[in-house]
Parts: sequence; C-alpha cells; structure tokens
Amino acid sequence: MTTHTIGRASSLLALDGPAIEVKGLSFRYYTMEGQGRKWTLDQLSFHVDAGEILGIVGPNGSGKSSLLKILSGLLPVGEGDVLLGGLSLQKRSQADIARLVAVVPQEYVQVFPFTVVETVLMGRFPHRTVRWWSMGIGDETANDLACAHQAMVDTDVVSLADRLVSDLSGGERQRVMIARALAQEPKILLLDEPTAFLDINHQIEICSLITRLRAERRLTVVLVSHDLNVASQYCDRVLMLKEGGLCRIGSPEETIRPDVLRMVYGCDVVVDAHPQTGRPRVTMPMSTV
Amino acid sequence: MAHIVSSWAHAGSVLTVHRWITVIGGLLLACVAVLVLCLQFGATSVNIGSVVPAIMHLFRGDLAGSPSPETAETIMVQIRFPRVLMGFLVGGSLAAVGVTLQALLRNPLADPYVLGVSSGSALGVSLAILFGIGSTFLLFPLLPLFGFAGGLLALILIYRLAQSKSRLPIHSLLLAGVILNAILTAFIMFITSIMEPNRSAGLMAWLMGSLTAPGYPALGIFSLYVLFVLAVLMHKAQLLNVLTLGEETARSLGVETEGVKKHLFALTALLTGAIVSVSGMIGFVGMVVPHAVRLLIGSDHRLLLPASALVGGMFLALADTIARTIMAPAEIPVGIVTALVGGPFFLYLLLWRKDRML
Repeated sequence: MTTHTIGRASSLLALDGPAIEVKGLSFRYYTMEGQGRKWTLDQLSFHVDAGEILGIVGPNGSGKSSLLKILSGLLPVGEGDVLLGGLSLQKRSQADIARLVAVVPQEYVQVFPFTVVETVLMGRFPHRTVRWWSMGIGDETANDLACAHQAMVDTDVVSLADRLVSDLSGGERQRVMIARALAQEPKILLLDEPTAFLDINHQIEICSLITRLRAERRLTVVLVSHDLNVASQYCDRVLMLKEGGLCRIGSPEETIRPDVLRMVYGCDVVVDAHPQTGRPRVTMPMSTV
Repeated sequence: MAHIVSSWAHAGSVLTVHRWITVIGGLLLACVAVLVLCLQFGATSVNIGSVVPAIMHLFRGDLAGSPSPETAETIMVQIRFPRVLMGFLVGGSLAAVGVTLQALLRNPLADPYVLGVSSGSALGVSLAILFGIGSTFLLFPLLPLFGFAGGLLALILIYRLAQSKSRLPIHSLLLAGVILNAILTAFIMFITSIMEPNRSAGLMAWLMGSLTAPGYPALGIFSLYVLFVLAVLMHKAQLLNVLTLGEETARSLGVETEGVKKHLFALTALLTGAIVSVSGMIGFVGMVVPHAVRLLIGSDHRLLLPASALVGGMFLALADTIARTIMAPAEIPVGIVTALVGGPFFLYLLLWRKDRML
C-alpha cells in the first residue's frame, strides 16, 4: 500500500472511537550510558476520545513535553504502542502523521520577515501536490488558499494577514501558530503550553479559541499545561504525570484534588470550586511564615 | 474563492507564478544591462558599440578564424567576457549558498565566509596544491573536490556547535564561526609559509579572493556544474521555507528533516568548494545580498533563492569591475572590494538593527 492511500484511509477517523490509544508506552532518551538511565515515560496506557480535550499536567521534568512529542511522531515510540485513529504510529510516515496531527509549539521564533499569510500557508505543506517541474512555484491551489483563509477566520487573524510574524504580540503570534496548525486540516491538535508567556487577556482568548475550535471542527485536542487552572477549566479530562508515570487520569474533579496534588507536587494547595463553573480551582495557601 | 486568491495575490503575500516571472524576468534584464556595462570597463576602455558585436562573434563561434582580430575584440572575447561571466556565476553561487545556510541555521547573518565554510574549502584546496595535486591552473577537477571536502567538514563542525544546545543564540554561532575561521586560516598561513615564495605569492593572491579569466572549456564546465547545483537547490526552496519554522515544526509538517539537512549541507559544500577553488575567499556576498533582497521581495525562498543568485551575480560582476579598474593597470583582489562594502553593512546589521532581526 502506498503512503498516499494510507493518507486517504487514515483521514477517515471514526467519530466515536478513541482518536489516540496509548498502550504500555515507555520511552527514554538515548544516552551514552545506555540502558542504565531511568525511563522518561514509564508504562503509560490511556486513550483520548475523538472530540475530547485532554490536559496533561505534572511537575517540571515529569515527561509532559516528551509525551506530546511522541504523540506527534517527533520522538520515537520506545516500547509499547501508540495508535492514531486505530493505526499504529510506527506504521505511518511523518507526512502521513502530518495530515492527521498538527502541533502548536510552546514558542515560535521567526528570524526572517515572513508574513502571517505565508506562515499560515506553510501549514498546507503536508497536502501539497509535488510537481517537480514547477519547483514549488504556484503550488498553492485554490483549496490551499481557502483552507488557510478559513483557518485565519477561525482564529481571527485575517486583519493581520500581511503583517510580519516577527512584529506581532505574543497573543497574536500564538493565534497565528494555531491558524497554521488548523491549515493542516488535522483531526488531532496538540498544544504545548499554549498559554505560557501570555498575559491574562490573551490566556482567556486562546483558551476560549481552543474550546470553540473543538466544537466547530470536531477536533481532538491534547494540551500540555503547567497551569492547573487552565487544565481544570478548559479540559474534559486531565492526565497527571509524575516522574514519567501515569499518576491519575479522569475528570478535573477526580484529578485536581488536594490529596492528588500533594502526592504529585509534594505541597499543600487550596482547592475550592470555581464560582462560575464549579470546577476545581487551585490557589496557593496562606503563607505560613 | 477567486476573490480570496486575487485579493491575496495583490497584497503580494502569496507567491504566484505571475509574480515569480515578473521579478525574475526583471532581474534577468537588469543582469544583461549590468554585464554589458561591466564589459566596457577595464584597463583598456572599450567602446560600448563594440561590446555587442564582439559577443555576437563569440556566439557565432568564428573567433579563432576571425580574419582581422582587432585588439579590443580580442580583449573582450578572450579575457573580459569570460571573467565577467565567471564573476557573475561566483557571485550568484555565493548568494545562493548564503540563502541556504541562513535558512538551515535560522540565522540571517550566516555566510560561508563568516562561518568558516570558505576557509574550510580553502584549506582543502591549499592542501591539494601543497601536495602537488593539480597545478597552478585552478580549475583542475580535483581542486573543487578538495574544496568540497574541506567545506563540508567545516560546515558539519559549525552545525554540531550550533546543535550542542537545542537553541544556540545567533551571536554564539557567529563567535564559533570566527574562532573556526581563525584556526583554519592559521593552517592555511602555515601552508603558505612552508611553500616556495613564488608559489605562496600566487596562493596568497588567490586566497584574498580574486577572479581570473578562465579558458572557455573550463568556464563551460564550471557553468554547467554551478547551474546544476543551483537547479537542485531550487527544488529544495519550499523545504527551506518550512525549515525556517524550526526543525520540530518542520518535522510535524511531514518533512524528513535529517535527510533534507544532509542534502542541503552537501549542496552548499559542493557549491562553496567549486567557488573557492576558482576564486578564493570572497566574503560577505552571501550575507549582504540575501539580506537586501529579502527586504525588497520577502522571505519566500522559492523567489528569494533565484533572485538572490541573480543579484549576487550582478553585485560581484560590478565589484570585480571596480577591482579591475580602480588601480588600473594594476588590479586589486575583488575580495577586498566585497569586504569593504559588506563588512560595514554586516556591522550595521549586528549593532544597530539587532532588535529587528535577532
């Protein structure tokens, strides 16, 4: 079977079945010492339903970003298996994964003067038709432009179209990066710390955007956040990692609890109910000194 | 749909075939004008009227048997035309290498000369000359090969330095390049110091970056080689765009980055090796030209790469014309001219525009 036909088949993700299945996943970075090093991720098993928003939380170094990179094929599956839409990640090419999964990186630095439109259109790269004689010139089809345009409408960056990405504010740039990911027409959207480095107004903006996109585009979303309140307010389920192991997975009420947080982070926090949503809200305790 | 396409196309943000042809076509016309201009000037001034007939003669191929070879025409055909064309090809290749390295290292100040890639090639070529591989005729096929090997090693070394941490600040990479350059130059100086004086003088003149008039067979081979590598690079232009997003993002867009990087390294080293073996170390063309072109037409490498190559060609042809004429009948190495133009520009970018680009 050619890559092309796999690509066609895989884009038809079953809408009710799990979008992502992780089975006994273990991973460690290759080091010169070899096998002595401890696992970055240890025996993880969970699934993400189609159309769900899953938040991955945990202390620094608990393997959150590594897990996200494995889900997008940027790091190899060490042991175990990861299935995207029922097909193993190892059986998919990087280009095939790119038509299914889009990644919004934590930070985006562009040193060259690319405009917003040019950046968003790069999201169409996995869908391009290769015509060797054209040398890539004029490869953007009407469909590519329409997809990019829709992605920019959805993220409200149309007015920024001809601005340089390097001139944008943090919140605007994050929206452009989400537009770039949406132009890929993914079924699964992975975000690494989407609200880090953003002011509170932009944090709200990005979180509402993610919730809206999930509804409008039937996206499956996995986001990594160090902000427990973001995970609690905006995610359907929360996966808590501790030292590479799966500590707890479930609804925010099941996971964002003082006893669980004490076990994972080793400190006491105040957890009460959010006045509007009733979901758990984490705040720092009164200083004891 | 059509509305979207046309409104974007007018904004100049999407690279259409029409825009590509307009820009490249315009630059090609400018190139012809610049080449004709460059052919006029030299130690012997040649009337513009005789430039065109001389070239026509050349293409009709009836030079050798030309019944009355006038002096001016001989100078034009045997010396000036091949040299100007050589300058054009070298300048274009340098700019193309600069564009590629900049995208690959995500550093707008990258340049084969500044990063020590040219020095690597020059060391390779110097070693070949020291051990008597090839002759003083610098287009001996083995010399570009040694230049390629040296350039590739320097490039890999620089890339390893850049890779040591996940993100290397732009200034650190430049610093690493400066140090590598110094070490490689020391080796080259050592080689020249143990050579016989008359051979080392020739080597030194070549190292400073100078163009000579090659014979037509050599020029033909060089042109084919350069045009072939540039055409392959052109096919990678869209990948260069995606690589500027960062390596992980490029991979998440389906690019097999490891393979692509290896190809690009090999291609840039192939070009640098060839350039250095014919013209020594000509600096800053690879940095100044892409930067200026980027400001005018944007960063899309499908247009930036060929446009930079054409502008780089014009730039070096003009710089060489200055080098040939300013001290006539003596010549100064063209590398001095490009360094005097490019060096201050580089400093300006580094010191005063850092907020914009770094």
